[in-house]
Amino acid sequence: MSVAAIFDESGHPLQDTAGDGPAPKAIVVAYGFWIFLLSDIVMFSAIFATYAVLAHATAGGPSGAQLFNRTRVLVETGCLLLSSYTCGLMSLGVEARHRVATYCAALITFVLGAAFLSVEISEFAGMVARGATPERSAFLSAFFTLVGCHGLHVSFGLIWLVVMMAQVVTKGFREAVVRRLFCFSLFWHALDIIWVGIFTVVYLIGTRS
Amino acid sequence: MSTQTHENSSGSTRGESREALRSGFFVYTVGLILAIILTATSFWAASTPLLWAPGVALGLAVLAVAQMGVHLVFFLHITTGPDNTNNVLALAFGLMIVTLVVAGSLWIMANLNANMMP
Repeated sequence: MSVAAIFDESGHPLQDTAGDGPAPKAIVVAYGFWIFLLSDIVMFSAIFATYAVLAHATAGGPSGAQLFNRTRVLVETGCLLLSSYTCGLMSLGVEARHRVATYCAALITFVLGAAFLSVEISEFAGMVARGATPERSAFLSAFFTLVGCHGLHVSFGLIWLVVMMAQVVTKGFREAVVRRLFCFSLFWHALDIIWVGIFTVVYLIGTRS
Repeated sequence: MSTQTHENSSGSTRGESREALRSGFFVYTVGLILAIILTATSFWAASTPLLWAPGVALGLAVLAVAQMGVHLVFFLHITTGPDNTNNVLALAFGLMIVTLVVAGSLWIMANLNANMMP
């Protein structure tokens, strides 16, 4: 697959695509974004490893079992999982070039993502109010780094979603806009995969015994 | 992770794309149901007193890996199709790095802790 192919404005390769010719731009862009996502996951794996190593280094401070509330985590998980589903429905709406369906699914995705973030922020605020700040212990530093980094990704995803909807409003379903929407849905689904790791390692395994 | 761009110009392609949308909706819904089942099982296993406690952590890890697989296949559409070879190879390489980083860190740090002077 030759990436350095020549494309016209709408992203179609100028040469014939028969045989071993260059892949369409949509495929190349998705592949490149997939590699970015994998590098992001590798970065998260380093933070996960840090957390797993430091999980019991509480330095006499509060431990995970004392701090975490499983019901709250279940709500967060439900919000993010459903928003991943509605994000999938949004990409179906984009595929059908259906504006109303796209806007509705994007709105639900945004609301669920924002609900996830607000629950997470209130959890952080509650922890800080009880003195469980990042500088209290190595365990808490690792916790805030891991979960905060994921929350930061969700915040950027929400901003990206708003930008993409503004582009659909102003530019319509252009080839480039559709490609970006596809990259956004990959990003949003990948965030949910990382959250599966977080709720298992941090909240479920971490609060046992 | 296949990107289809449908031309909604003629009637026949519109019928085909409607079929594709229906199957896409089906795939996402199946993925959601599987993910809900796996998540519910994880939360149940973590809080029930019925299971043998030392095995629960391993079971939770297996459930998490299964759910990640469900997300990859049903939401990200990573399949073994011929147009997906590059994506699967990149994923395999990423998984190798993730395994090395996580397992290697835990192994080395556990070893260092065990050999620390009291």
